[in-house]
Amino acid sequence: MSIKVNGKQVIWIENETVKQLLKRMKYTFPLVVVKINDKLVPRSSYTETIIPDKAKIAVIHMISGG
Amino acid sequence: MNIKKSEKISKKLKGSSVGIAGLGGLGSNAAISLARIGIGRLVLVDFDKIEECNLNRQYYFLDQVGKYKTEALKENIQRVNPSVKVDIKNYKLNKGAMDNPFHNVDVIVEALDSAEEKTIFIEEIMQNLPNIPLVACSGTAGYGNSDRIKTKQIGNLYLCQDKDARSSDDDVLLAPRVCLMANWEANIVLEILLGEDK
Repeated sequence: MSIKVNGKQVIWIENETVKQLLKRMKYTFPLVVVKINDKLVPRSSYTETIIPDKAKIAVIHMISGG
Repeated sequence: MNIKKSEKISKKLKGSSVGIAGLGGLGSNAAISLARIGIGRLVLVDFDKIEECNLNRQYYFLDQVGKYKTEALKENIQRVNPSVKVDIKNYKLNKGAMDNPFHNVDVIVEALDSAEEKTIFIEEIMQNLPNIPLVACSGTAGYGNSDRIKTKQIGNLYLCQDKDARSSDDDVLLAPRVCLMANWEANIVLEILLGEDK
């Protein structure tokens, strides 16, 4: 029972939301894009989206400059 | 030069279109590279005017200072390759409607400045135009460390990224690294448009 966050194996916790996972991973930067199994999670659903077991999660943090 | 391959590529690119959000260091340089190789149509979006301090990395000239970036870049592209059709949109991309100019392009390039705008843009494009490949860029500031730049692909999102770069708020933006990443984006666009046959 595990998930992968940015390629790193992490224990899966039942009923954990995206918001809770970001906190657990200490991803504190305010600007992130989250995809679960290649599907975008809108920012407005971070508190209600539950992470499924074996999920592959990508958390992308953008840095200013262009 | 493989003439047969070159002709095949030219034909394919002539029928392709690319949208670019932001015409600063990333967008102006990516656009010029794509114009040089003969992309059929470019959709260029920016609201800003050229300032002298932009010239250390952006594809404009001293005598264009004060002009709108959209209009100046169209001029420069036409001087390089007049066969490229250039659609310019001279306005700021607003939250909630960022995908609007890009519904009829084959690939979208994110070339915005602030992390906040980049994030909102990526979210809106992935949500509203999930079938159009999106090339984005993060971590252009500083100099050196070319080897830290990597492409990360997640579904239809291709991110040109240096995870360890500092924010441009705390660092400098200079032509070598900015142009490197702009052309990195353009090179990913090419890979997407041309497919596997390298």
